[in-house]
Amino acid sequence: MTRVLELDSITKRFGHVTANEDVSLHLDRGEIVALLGENGAGKTTLMSILFGHYTADEGTVRVEGAELPPGKSRAAIRAGVGMVHQHFALAPNLTVLENVLTGTEPLWKFRSNRAAGRAKLVELSRKFGLKVDPDARVSDLSVGECQRVEILKALYNDARILILDEPTAVLTAQEADSLFATLRQMTENGLSLIFISHKLHEVMSASDRVVVLRRGRVVAERRTAETSKEELAELMVGRKVQRPERPPATPGKVLLEGVDLALGGKGGASLHGVSFRLRAGETLGIIGVSGNGQTTLAGLVSGLYPPDSGTLLIDGQEVPRHDVPHAIAAGIGRIPEDRNAEGTIGDMATWENAVLERIWSEDFSARGVVKRAAARAATEEIIKGYDVRGASVDGRIRLLSGGNMQKLILGRVLNAGPSILVAAQPSRGLDEGAIAGVHERLLEARGRGAGVLLISEDLDEVIALSDRIRAIVNGRLSPAIPAERADARLLGLMMAGDWTAAEAIEAEDAHAL
Amino acid sequence: MSVLLDILSSVGMWEAVLRIATPLILGTLGVLLCERVGVLNLGIEGIMTFGAMVGWLTVYSGGDLWVGILAAAAGGAAFGFLHALLTVPLGLSQHVTGLGITLFASSFSYYVFRLAVPTASSPPTVEPFRPLAVPVLSDIPFIGPVLFNQTAPTYMALILVAVLAWGLYRTPLGLAIRMTGENPHAVDAQGIDPIWLRIGTIMAGSALMGMGGAFLTLAAFNSFFPTMVQGRGWICVALVVFALWRPGRALLGALLFAFFDAFQLRLQTVVEGVPYQLFLMLPYILSIVALIVMARRARVPQALMQPYRRGER
Repeated sequence: MTRVLELDSITKRFGHVTANEDVSLHLDRGEIVALLGENGAGKTTLMSILFGHYTADEGTVRVEGAELPPGKSRAAIRAGVGMVHQHFALAPNLTVLENVLTGTEPLWKFRSNRAAGRAKLVELSRKFGLKVDPDARVSDLSVGECQRVEILKALYNDARILILDEPTAVLTAQEADSLFATLRQMTENGLSLIFISHKLHEVMSASDRVVVLRRGRVVAERRTAETSKEELAELMVGRKVQRPERPPATPGKVLLEGVDLALGGKGGASLHGVSFRLRAGETLGIIGVSGNGQTTLAGLVSGLYPPDSGTLLIDGQEVPRHDVPHAIAAGIGRIPEDRNAEGTIGDMATWENAVLERIWSEDFSARGVVKRAAARAATEEIIKGYDVRGASVDGRIRLLSGGNMQKLILGRVLNAGPSILVAAQPSRGLDEGAIAGVHERLLEARGRGAGVLLISEDLDEVIALSDRIRAIVNGRLSPAIPAERADARLLGLMMAGDWTAAEAIEAEDAHAL
Repeated sequence: MSVLLDILSSVGMWEAVLRIATPLILGTLGVLLCERVGVLNLGIEGIMTFGAMVGWLTVYSGGDLWVGILAAAAGGAAFGFLHALLTVPLGLSQHVTGLGITLFASSFSYYVFRLAVPTASSPPTVEPFRPLAVPVLSDIPFIGPVLFNQTAPTYMALILVAVLAWGLYRTPLGLAIRMTGENPHAVDAQGIDPIWLRIGTIMAGSALMGMGGAFLTLAAFNSFFPTMVQGRGWICVALVVFALWRPGRALLGALLFAFFDAFQLRLQTVVEGVPYQLFLMLPYILSIVALIVMARRARVPQALMQPYRRGER
């Protein structure tokens, strides 16, 4: 095996914070190495050094034996290193071809050779099975297609080493599967890959070797075949992490009932004849591939949109008006799917984000004036009670990591004591430690007697937390099955729209009751 | 009605359109370049005034007319450099910086002018650019005198439209500039430094603004007075939106505005009983209408007014 890349005892400090300490790492030709670590473990910093975005304080980077000059992305690109950023580095108003061509030719040239560029792009796209239209505007592409463009950009620069920073963070489960299939195919064409991740299952299924980073240091290196999820989780977090166990449910009265709800066009997909019941003290899990109407359903229950037809009953009462203030007043707590876009306002202070949802309640305002002291005290309480790390009451919330932002949202919602909790993709993008925390809180709310509507596309999460599970397919809800009967195969069938088995189980279950 | 027809069929009116349009074309191209790279440059009003002054002063002190134009471009670039320094590496508010530069450059121009010409009741004059008849073409009836009997800077402005259109859409540098206005992170990821690209492009754009100002003192008029730019800079900022950030459309917009302006000037003299101020408003009202219509289709450069800092999103 030829060694294509070597990072030798890299150290990088930002002020007093040491992001990487004495990190060494190598990559062989045709290999897929996963760089595993929690958020903030220093994975992205390390890769930014390799790519010349940062200059290391100590240590060297060698590509195919030759040392890279520090701090020069251009040199890294020339040496054959390509980087696929987590936040796509694409220009939405330009075409795919223009995005790929930028910076590939000498700047002072009278005419750029588009025809040659297009030919090369089409050839690469065919060779690696990355289908994309060179003339499409990037703003018209799906997230998965944008990622293909990012990869093509690197390949166009003749990358032989590809670094992918959390490539699946924004992808649906299907897109992620097809991405890893493509990556595997690339290694057969002589490429070598490093991907950064904090998701154990994808590390286990897609890598040859795993390097675990914790607090800026390499803590372990394993051949994927010789390790397990459990071992990796422990190495990554530094202690045994266990997702909480779900105690048996004691369902009470029906808190929330949807009767034949239909809604077209809002929130991305339509709903058709959706009926369900949510009882006090139970969790109803809704599983589904994203884009099948779960965002719409969450929005409808949260009061964002009224249904076109059908009724929504809260506590047996028909909802008088479908808007957010009424939903909140009726005791619905909402954990939105996209915490950056819907859950928080990035440039506003933590305390403002913590109380904004209930700013008109008497707790936080009187006669049109905000009660700052009360609001700040409530925020302080959330930060302490929910262990929101790195947050200060007056700091901008965008500076928080995803996990800590989610803790703040959880605190904001749960401290209001909701009787119904709508949790949409509550652990998306979080690392193992944070996921366990979120799960604990959701189970706590259920234990207190709240009804939890859990909408997720993560099978493990749904099976672990739910008492009953329904699948959402093309805006329709499948029959409900008890979580005890759920396994990956059955849920897979349900998500694919084959409900015969589920119907039988539901009937059997109803019989047993 | 026949009065209107008379105006519209007069050679003088159409010839004036191109003359009035020239500083607007140069200024609009300047703003367009700055915005394409992602920086709003509200310094244009002051930079045009400074260009007008520097160009005039150079010629007044014995320089050649073209040396005057070059001096105005250099002066514009200098203020562009100041604007770029404050807004790009330092990331200050582009609105506030731009307005500050406008105030500073305008006052500074007047100050320098007064230093050079301390006492004069009527402003001193220079010998300006004369219309340059293009052989053969200028003999074509109507079109000849309108298009091919203009001053040299007007021809230059028209050529610059083509140069910029080619540059932005056909060259690697142009692509990098457009990309920087859309997503500087992407440019950085491809190994080009967006900071220097922004600084250089803003300087080039500001040089165009300075040349636009110099046209006023060296071709349209022959003397300098401090209020002579008269909001042309602001019009250019609006024209860029009207142009949807495309050089060809910028030319169209400048011509349209100039047409209304030339038209209302002549209308003032023939229509009686209507206060002339109403006619003065006409081009501005019509440009607001045009702006509303066009702005709905606008694809604003996505990184416009967003300072770039490495490693930050």
